[in-house]
Amino acid sequence: MVLFLAGPIAYCAYIAFTDLQLTGQAESSFVGFDNFTAAFRDDAFLNAVRLTLVFTFLSSIVGQNTLGLALAALMQRASKPVRTVTGAVVVTAWVLPEVVAGFLLYAFFRREGTLNAILDWLHLPSQNWLFTLPILAVSFANVWRGTAFSMLVYSAALSEIPKEVTESAEVDGANSWQRLWHITLPMIRRSIGTNLMLNTLQTLSVFGLIWVMTRGGPGNRSQTLPLFMYEQAFQKSMIGYGTAVALLLLVVGSLFSLVYMRLLRTEA
Amino acid sequence: MKTRNRRRLTADVALVLVGAAFVLPLAWVLLSSVDADANLRVKLPAHPTLDNFDAVLKPDITFTPLLNSLILCGGATLLTVVCAALAAYPLSRYRSRLNTPFLTTTLFATCLPITAVMVPVYALFVQVNLIDTMSGTIYFFTASQLPFAIWLMKNFMDGVPKELEEAAWTDGANTFQSLIRIVLPLMGPGVAVVTVFSFTMMWGNFFVPFMLLLSPDQMPASVSINDFFGNRGTVVYGQLAAFSILYSTPVILLYVLVSRRFGGGFALGGAMKG
Repeated sequence: MVLFLAGPIAYCAYIAFTDLQLTGQAESSFVGFDNFTAAFRDDAFLNAVRLTLVFTFLSSIVGQNTLGLALAALMQRASKPVRTVTGAVVVTAWVLPEVVAGFLLYAFFRREGTLNAILDWLHLPSQNWLFTLPILAVSFANVWRGTAFSMLVYSAALSEIPKEVTESAEVDGANSWQRLWHITLPMIRRSIGTNLMLNTLQTLSVFGLIWVMTRGGPGNRSQTLPLFMYEQAFQKSMIGYGTAVALLLLVVGSLFSLVYMRLLRTEA
Repeated sequence: MKTRNRRRLTADVALVLVGAAFVLPLAWVLLSSVDADANLRVKLPAHPTLDNFDAVLKPDITFTPLLNSLILCGGATLLTVVCAALAAYPLSRYRSRLNTPFLTTTLFATCLPITAVMVPVYALFVQVNLIDTMSGTIYFFTASQLPFAIWLMKNFMDGVPKELEEAAWTDGANTFQSLIRIVLPLMGPGVAVVTVFSFTMMWGNFFVPFMLLLSPDQMPASVSINDFFGNRGTVVYGQLAAFSILYSTPVILLYVLVSRRFGGGFALGGAMKG
């Protein structure tokens, strides 16, 4: 028993240790709340906050979540080969290492890349996506990479809905939108909550993908908080300031985390 | 019946369209890797060749980084699984006042954005001289993966009936023996899932080794892939693609193996149960 408790205790001690060092580090290199007040006066920081919000909203809440749900719903009806193939493709995008995914989408969005080739073919105006709309491009990239998770969650949730419920609604004359709105969505609302939460948290800390695709540029037009933090701490050697930004990011993460645990608790 | 068929057709078409959008970037990497003059577009190679693979299959480009990745991720995965098993056992078997707070903390830690911790961790590692060491990186990987691993492991362990263990105790096994001989083998799939999941997460992780390792000869593949862009002058897209494939293959294989055996979305079963 002592032995088995040693693992968790050692782990706790490690956590406490890092926490200690964490705050120690923050204290030793910052003077009161200067870093934080500086952050909120810093246009670049505010820009990063704004971009993070856009990135998270577009890619996680709108993109991954909705597309994941749509895919899961379609899969319920689609024929088996189509379902298997599409599922495999979407999941592959998810399993790929972050950096590789970054490269693939970098190639996809570049001026001479595939997307513009398709647009040319369709006689639509092409442009340099990574330059003109960097935040949109990285958001799409994140959708590409992360949708599989939502899809799996929702597939699991949808398959747990008893068939009789939807069938009886069908008999009562409800069309598919009504069924979706009045039956399916309420029944999977917990999954929606959990999934949104996890997606958001995941998206908040995306670094490699954006780094590979744009390095936060051009200028700082795709510089989300993690990239901003990295730039401040390492390229400008302001570890204290970087840490302050990191702490702010952590606080946001913790808030989401707490909400998530609330959701889980009501589920249990 | 007719509406059902039509509905299925609509769903099929929609799925195929989405699938096609998803497949384009993947197609690029596959086709470029065998194309002598690959550029950034998806196109069928005019002269299919394996030269790109030949070019990257050299010690300093492929083997060292992949070996580094293997050491890092393998070491960290092993450590993670051992620690998680030891931690999950008491959580699953004994009632204690500490259980709930501990599990809550674990779950909480699981959710924190790991990126945000990296700056302070870097500062800490400089102080304790762990920066640019493989072992330091392994420890950090382990620490970052543990909360989720414990959480998964505990959920799987709850599924092993207690009676079997009690029988072992009557036969004179101590708790440690019963964990090794009875519980872990019975939850084999669970252990496999935790192992594969941890390994996959770390294999693809870019930021942690990017920050904690400095010398080029220790870089894992996730970081060394960057060299194709900056340091070697013009980008040889074909080689980049070939390397990407080599680097991605292990995790994809692992994923396929595990999901074949235990059903798709394997990692979610444990995670979503709460």
